[in-house]
Amino acid sequence: VSDTTTNAVSPDWQRLSRRMLLIHPVQEIPRALPALFGVFVAGSRSGNGGLWALAGLAFTIGLGMIRWFTTRYRVTADRVEVRQGLFRRRLLAVSRDRLRTVDVEAHALHRLLGLARVTVGTGRSDRERGGGVRLDGLTLDVAERLRDELLERRPAAAAAAGTTGAAPPAEPPAAELARLDSRWVRYGPFTLSGVVAVGVVAGFAANFASEAHLDPRDYGVLRDVIDRLRDAPVALAVAEGLVAASAVVAAASTVGYVLAFWNFRLTRNPGGTLHVARGLITARATTIEERRLHGVEISEPLLLRAVGGARCIAIATGLRVGRGAERGGSLLLPPAPAREAERVAAAIVATPAPITCPLAAHGPRASRRRYTRALAGWALLAGAVAVACAAFDWPAWPWQVAIALLPAALALAADRYLSLGHAFAGGRLVTRTGSLVRRRSILAPAGIIGWNVERTFFQRRAGLATLTATTAAGHQQYDVADVELGEALRFAEEVRPGLLAEFLEEPARATEPPDVPPSHGARPAAPPA
Amino acid sequence: LTASLRPPRHHVSRTAIGYWAARAVAGWLVVAAAQVVWLASSSGHAGVHVAGLVATVAVGGAHAVVMPQWRYRVHRWEVAPQAVYTRAGWLHQESRIAPISRIQTVDSERGPLEQLFGLANVTVTTASAAGPLEIHGLDRDTAQRLVDDLTTAAQATRGDAT
Repeated sequence: VSDTTTNAVSPDWQRLSRRMLLIHPVQEIPRALPALFGVFVAGSRSGNGGLWALAGLAFTIGLGMIRWFTTRYRVTADRVEVRQGLFRRRLLAVSRDRLRTVDVEAHALHRLLGLARVTVGTGRSDRERGGGVRLDGLTLDVAERLRDELLERRPAAAAAAGTTGAAPPAEPPAAELARLDSRWVRYGPFTLSGVVAVGVVAGFAANFASEAHLDPRDYGVLRDVIDRLRDAPVALAVAEGLVAASAVVAAASTVGYVLAFWNFRLTRNPGGTLHVARGLITARATTIEERRLHGVEISEPLLLRAVGGARCIAIATGLRVGRGAERGGSLLLPPAPAREAERVAAAIVATPAPITCPLAAHGPRASRRRYTRALAGWALLAGAVAVACAAFDWPAWPWQVAIALLPAALALAADRYLSLGHAFAGGRLVTRTGSLVRRRSILAPAGIIGWNVERTFFQRRAGLATLTATTAAGHQQYDVADVELGEALRFAEEVRPGLLAEFLEEPARATEPPDVPPSHGARPAAPPA
Repeated sequence: LTASLRPPRHHVSRTAIGYWAARAVAGWLVVAAAQVVWLASSSGHAGVHVAGLVATVAVGGAHAVVMPQWRYRVHRWEVAPQAVYTRAGWLHQESRIAPISRIQTVDSERGPLEQLFGLANVTVTTASAAGPLEIHGLDRDTAQRLVDDLTTAAQATRGDAT
């Protein structure tokens, strides 16, 4: 096929792979299903709904094929351009020196036909969904050559020796930083990635059952289950329900883990790029330029932390940390043993100091704030429940649950305080916050744009401040929460000397309101790591 | 070295006090109007409704008197040779510092209410979604001069400021 001989980078307008003529219609049909159904229903009135539906189907397939005929792209020396649309012509262009990431992704259908979708990410425009330029449907070979040439790292000839799947070319110089160990699948159940899927399926099933007037009691197994739950004491029934739901969610999460992360491999290529490949059915490969990579985040959701797991997320410009198991393409290591996450993070920042260094604690006033906030939140909830119980004749269990939540709130406060910490080690800003998801963020000073110093009324009374490093990378902001104001400013100056200097003044001449107590020079002792 | 952050050098325009008060009053009037409609349309519990209305007027009045004065003392700005420095808020205060070399855009905007008071606001954005520096309540000339100065200064630096 002429596809394989196409030059990946050429200043001439080119079409996407011809094989997309098969994929586009298949992609259009699910989207057009509601309309097709409408046509079918409307057509049935005149007696030949089937015919109408067929016509609609043909129209949809035609539309899908038009997408191929109307889409062209070209890659010039300084721009990537895509022209598409029949009635509404659009020209999308990305300047090559603003290009941050190149994703090569292949869904099941793409893989069957040897195709891949290339998404060119440009940082700022990615803030809106679909802001990047997407070339949906190049042959895998062309896609990989295009990626390499766009990132200007390797000669096309070397990259053309591509391999199967969307895995990176296994060349000797690419250093492997991590690879999926099948034992890591045991962390799958603790990612809770299956909650949403199970919820959607359950909601859909319940909706379907009520629409179709299905009574679960008509089915022997379900009837047995319902009768059993009805006869059992309430506590036992609730416990059994929870166990069953947990088992289903755990199974779904494990399946999700395998689907998303099978074949995971993280490599560092000699040209200065990190390469992440993963996926069982949908193969996805992300390439991140290391000069755009300003740091790494070790993130530990509570459940995962409880079983000693952690994951790594890139802090890179042009990669906004997204939602879902793949974190919008910024995931550098799927849930794995914490030790492995630390090893990978150290390899990425090229020094173990920021990962292993002890963190400065934020002191008793920060601790008190954690408890105050947890208790205030709990009191609000308990108060609302108490009022509702009194006014609306609620049963007793809601406020029993509310009281049982008190220890949980206190434990959360304690853990949130223990998480707080900051340090400047190995030339990197290190900050850690959070309990439900504890994140240790490691950020290079070069990636920090400016500082925000935030002080609420209560923070001012406690002499605390939240120091925020603003950045174009990752979450866009990294907080050192509830630290003493003096320490916050000292830390900011240590990380980026000079930026704050002209706005500082000695405490003697301070014109701050009197509710700010003088800072003491001593830094609080570091907690055990 | 323990130091504190000194306030930025310049106050915003004094007219901003009136502007903030007007904005607060407008917001509370909406609430009060809703309460009046509710009072007129419902029968019974008139005492509770009137008490609610009185509370709204009291809280709204206090807010409209205290907040603008407090804000005026907090809201400040400064353009140093290397950085822009702003402070804003009242109960919840925030200081922001961004280097001139990282400025991406400088916008000035005048809403309808701001125009009545002859005010304008200036927004300085950087490549971070977390870091726009907003200066509200500048008089029109100062805002225009600030935009010109910052644009010139930002153009003097190269690179894509990420």
